[in-house]
Amino acid sequence: MRVNFVLSEVATGLRRNLTMTVAMILTTAISLGLMGTGLLIAGMISDMKEIYYDKVQVSIFLADDVTDEQRSAIETQLADSPEVATYLYESKEEAYERFRQQFSQQPELVENTPPDALPESFRVELVNPERYEVIAAEFPNGQNGVDQVRDEGDFLDRLFSLLNGARNATIAVAVVQALAALLLISNTIQLAAFNRRNETNIMRLVGASRWYTQLPFILEAALAGLIGAMLAVGGLVLTKVLFVDKTLAGPIKAGIIPPVDWSAIATISPIIAGAGVGLAAVAAYVTLRLYVRL
Amino acid sequence: MIELQHVTKLYPASPRPALDDVTTEIDKGEFVFLIGSSGSGKSTFLRLLLKEDDPTRGTITVNGKTLNGMSKWQVPKLRRTMGCVFQDFRLLRNRTVAENVAFALEVINKPHRTIKRVVPEVLEMVGLDGKANRLPHELSGGEQQRVAIARAFVNRPLVLLADEPTGNLDPETSEGIMLLLERINRTGTTVIMATHDYHIVDSMRRRVIELNGGQITRDQSRGVYGVGR
Repeated sequence: MRVNFVLSEVATGLRRNLTMTVAMILTTAISLGLMGTGLLIAGMISDMKEIYYDKVQVSIFLADDVTDEQRSAIETQLADSPEVATYLYESKEEAYERFRQQFSQQPELVENTPPDALPESFRVELVNPERYEVIAAEFPNGQNGVDQVRDEGDFLDRLFSLLNGARNATIAVAVVQALAALLLISNTIQLAAFNRRNETNIMRLVGASRWYTQLPFILEAALAGLIGAMLAVGGLVLTKVLFVDKTLAGPIKAGIIPPVDWSAIATISPIIAGAGVGLAAVAAYVTLRLYVRL
Repeated sequence: MIELQHVTKLYPASPRPALDDVTTEIDKGEFVFLIGSSGSGKSTFLRLLLKEDDPTRGTITVNGKTLNGMSKWQVPKLRRTMGCVFQDFRLLRNRTVAENVAFALEVINKPHRTIKRVVPEVLEMVGLDGKANRLPHELSGGEQQRVAIARAFVNRPLVLLADEPTGNLDPETSEGIMLLLERINRTGTTVIMATHDYHIVDSMRRRVIELNGGQITRDQSRGVYGVGR
């Protein structure tokens, strides 16, 4: 195979259909960028699950007027309960400290919250997180110094279903964009084949192998896919630097949202590149088989 | 060399066959004129030999290989043993004379050294030495056809198919082209030429196969174009 010949054919082809090539690269880039975003969100969700689900599952908030006897009665009950794996007492001061840390990026909020506004609580980890109802029944709201029992798992489930929804929506848009990209690739290849019909006709007549005739077109699409993938990765890097690392710096520092690591982007980049190159090449090959006589 | 057995070709769009039960044989080294009015089946005849199309019925054999049922991957090999020349030359406009000829070798993976050696040889043979670096539009019609013939012959094919190669040329230029085709024929290459040019057919006195409505109506070994014109 004459590499120079094939490469110069590829370059000519891309240059000749410049506008189509640009359109093809941009749609591919958007599609792959969204796909990458979806993958990053998916990674973030599993990181967050590790952060949260391992921690508190049920919070028992105590009433403001709780007495010392009531508090130690609750503690004894927790210590004796077979449903409880571990528990942790958090005083008003500790709750306020944690609150200050979490919202250190929003000083106004911290300033406007008096130190004793946050209730003291027991943070309880269950042997089986599904058995929240049992604990809730043992500590009726508003009795014996208990203000409220809250299933943090329930809140997390709602949070994660929101995040899962975001991930699914991103991937759905990515799929639609990918469809548009594939159609554009197909169209561009048909146009390229039409532009080069003199060359390919002669190649056919002098007995060039099918691969020799088809390869420039397939490489042309694959190259566009690769450039699209590189733009997509560039877009993800910019999103991390300009949006995630800046706007979300507070929650990340407080440990509410896991950071987007460079390693995560490094891991998905080859996936994006592979998808871009592979899909483009396959689309080109199928187009040549179906629509173009070579 | 080339054998057609009861070959019929029907095109979907037309009720009348383009070729109708054609049986003939062409030996190695022959020079054959394929004549007949437009639509008589000359081009279909050539297309079937190139396996650009498959016959509806009948078998075709070229160089001992049966074309019927030949896999798509083998077709390029078949075409490397055949050269083609057309009325409209079909040169690549943005490539020089030498590049046009070299193109035919590059795309079948001939080594650079071979290309460097044989392209000037064949350009000299067709009488275009000194014009290797011209672009096609800088050449006359006759010269362009010589480039096309050089491209068709550079890989030393066993068969040269020419579809009205003089159709766009004046009589004098045509004569030069015919001398060139004769010279190629003398190297042992079989030449099959479809034409309307009775001057040429009459003066060359070679084998004539006349097609009419897809059927062979005449096959003469030293024929003329015909009396009825």
